[in-house]
Amino acid sequence: MDFIPIISTLRRHRTASILIILEIAFTCAIVCNAVFVIRQRLAAMDRASGVVEDEIVRIQIAGIGKKTDPGVVTRQDLEALKAVPGVKSVAVTNMVPFGGSSWNTSVSTIPDDPHAPINVATYMGSRDLIETLGAKIIAGRDFNPEEYIEYTGGGSNVRIPSILITKGVAERMFPGETNVVGKNLYVWGKDPSTIVGVIDTLARPNDFQGPVGFTYALVMPLDVDFTVGGNYLIRCDPTRKAEVLAAAEAALKKVDPVRLVMKRQTFAEVRKDHFTEDRAMAWILGIVSISLLVITALGVVGLASFWVQQRTRQIGVRRALGATRGDILRYFQTENFILATAGIILGMLLAFGINLWLMGKYQVDRLPAEFLPIGAGMLWFLGQVAVLGPALRAAAIPPAIATRSV
Amino acid sequence: MIGYYLDLALRSLKRNMSLTVLMILAIGFGVGASMTMVTVMHVLAKDPIPEKSKVLHYVQLDPRPLRGYVPGDEPLEQITRRDAETLVREHRADGQAIMTGGNATIVPSRANLDPFNIDARWTSTEFFTMFDVPFLKGAPWSAQDDANHNRVAVITKELAEKLFGSTDVVGFPIRVETTEMRIVGVLDTWNPIPHFFDLMTEAYGQGEQLYVPFTTSLDLSLDHNGSTNCWDSKHDDPKALDAPCEWMQMWVELDSDAKLDAYHDFLSSYWAEQVRTGHYERPVNIRLRNVTDYLDYNKVIPSDAKLGTVVALGFLIVCLVNTIGLLLTKFLRRSAEIGVRRALGASKGSIFMQLLVEAGMIGLVGGLFGLGLAALGLWAIRHGASAYGHLAHLDMAMLAATFVLAVVSSILAGLLPAWRGCQVTPALQLKSH
Repeated sequence: MDFIPIISTLRRHRTASILIILEIAFTCAIVCNAVFVIRQRLAAMDRASGVVEDEIVRIQIAGIGKKTDPGVVTRQDLEALKAVPGVKSVAVTNMVPFGGSSWNTSVSTIPDDPHAPINVATYMGSRDLIETLGAKIIAGRDFNPEEYIEYTGGGSNVRIPSILITKGVAERMFPGETNVVGKNLYVWGKDPSTIVGVIDTLARPNDFQGPVGFTYALVMPLDVDFTVGGNYLIRCDPTRKAEVLAAAEAALKKVDPVRLVMKRQTFAEVRKDHFTEDRAMAWILGIVSISLLVITALGVVGLASFWVQQRTRQIGVRRALGATRGDILRYFQTENFILATAGIILGMLLAFGINLWLMGKYQVDRLPAEFLPIGAGMLWFLGQVAVLGPALRAAAIPPAIATRSV
Repeated sequence: MIGYYLDLALRSLKRNMSLTVLMILAIGFGVGASMTMVTVMHVLAKDPIPEKSKVLHYVQLDPRPLRGYVPGDEPLEQITRRDAETLVREHRADGQAIMTGGNATIVPSRANLDPFNIDARWTSTEFFTMFDVPFLKGAPWSAQDDANHNRVAVITKELAEKLFGSTDVVGFPIRVETTEMRIVGVLDTWNPIPHFFDLMTEAYGQGEQLYVPFTTSLDLSLDHNGSTNCWDSKHDDPKALDAPCEWMQMWVELDSDAKLDAYHDFLSSYWAEQVRTGHYERPVNIRLRNVTDYLDYNKVIPSDAKLGTVVALGFLIVCLVNTIGLLLTKFLRRSAEIGVRRALGASKGSIFMQLLVEAGMIGLVGGLFGLGLAALGLWAIRHGASAYGHLAHLDMAMLAATFVLAVVSSILAGLLPAWRGCQVTPALQLKSH
């Protein structure tokens, strides 16, 4: 196909050509960035929690007024929950992965570090916490029963002899070291805490520090009572979660009826709540992207139809002079290809420009290079599909039209 | 003349329905999407207390140890209990209130109502006058109530209705956790958006339903909601008077710049005194931001809402470019007709007007359609689960703005095509027929 005559025709329709190129360019730029943000959000929503999500349910409970002996009630609660049919393991904890509210502390390799390098989510819970979460210990061990200290909340004036840290914390605090078990970190107070084990992954309750902090968590051997966060985690038979939740609530009410159930959820629901905003954003951007592509396709149809109508006689003449239907079809297809290519080139520049601007303003990464061929391919395809109808109509124009006066 | 143009426009639009519908859809979608997001932004970025946003100031100090101090650092986000209690007692501003978020279980006296948990605020008496909180019944508790740690409470209209089925409940008892308190006031609807006076709790939440003197909340160790940040482990209770922890907010009302300067001076001398007595170590670093500056400083508008708005405006641009293209096609298609009108004496100006009227008409219909879409979009956002979703309503200002945007943008979109349209040379068009 010869490009020269097509380009010289487009030159004569400069305004319309520029408009359609601009439209394709803007669409390309916006859709590329939107799809990229969607992809990031979907990846965020897939983030690992490090726990056996399918088997965990959670009940959050609050007392009415100050309890005189919350520790005793908590032990009774745990016994009652263990007795519920289908339950494998139970723990009380100050917070829940993806659960929202969090406890955090700064962590350093030197005592009283005013410029501690990282801030870490601090889990604490009863003896079976790791077992109940199903968190994977990849080095060292879980706490021994005698390591636990009773803790009723309040300050951090407690000596923590041993801790479990995540792989993320280990890699950040001891880069390049293969074995961190036995090393010390300063967490609370002036005394060091010895790392007894490394957990593969344990997600933070919230995104308080953004992506850098996603993998930073540690566990302290602090045996809390239910007034510290009030979260009972129950690991149970995955097929009996609803039944276990109902029975567990009844069991807790039986131990002490003067309490309020604040939350009663499966872990799947905890996760769903946590990523609500990301899911909403992915939906909005998805709808906008599809609408943009539809509008642009319709714009191409509109313009191509006009040009076919305007050039009816010219097409007739070409047909009379021996051009085949295929030649006419290919003419319009090539024309669209040229316009789309110009739009794509401009659009890609714009896309990377917008991306740079977004990187400065919102937590967005660099647009990966593979978006270039994918975006280009998508818009070429869209243009060809859109132009097919008008092009076929053009190809159907009979040569005789050349001899007729309009 | 306009009437005739309207008639012409209507005929022309009817002649090619599919193209007309396409243009209306494009404008409608663009306007609908962008107005949905702009309305959300409009709600989120509102001044929560327009009459007083310049005179209310948020107090920030820095009692942390000198170790780790970097010149130019911001002071603490909140203040300590010791500073809060001292400064409110000193009473040097036109108004001052200390506060912290909380939550409590209410135990209803009605047999058919189970205990329930609500968000609350533990504060001091001037909170209500400083923030112009409207009372339906009763009045704020007194400074005496603060001083005596009295068991008094102010509740919202909604809570009163839920508990007693009436708002006329001043003097009634209310059971908060295990303590009985006396209701002294019932608030009319009041939920400033954003929740500017405490950004440690939800900025776009449903607000608090119970207000109790801060002193009383300490006596009863009522739960604290928000952020507690301690910089030293040597304490057993973060709420203790001398705990090295920030967990409270303090606002002062300063009615003039002179008073602002005077209060700043007062805080500087307070700071010097604290250094002298060994409570403070760092050099003077005071912030007294007014409401507007405080909201800016905290970047309170969710970045997703901003990103959404940028995307929606980009979408509107594409829709407009699309409309320009389609209008151009449409007007040029009618070159013959325009040629005849020109030959019969119509001036370029009247052709231009005629074509603009046609563009405006598309904008009008597109605007109506966009309005419907915006209402639908806001409905979706309200029923989505974002934290600020419940606020997404179309008010009169936004309704009008949507309409103006649709018509103005379609007329703008019509300018270029109309100009190109009226350039048609009559002779050329007549000849080819």
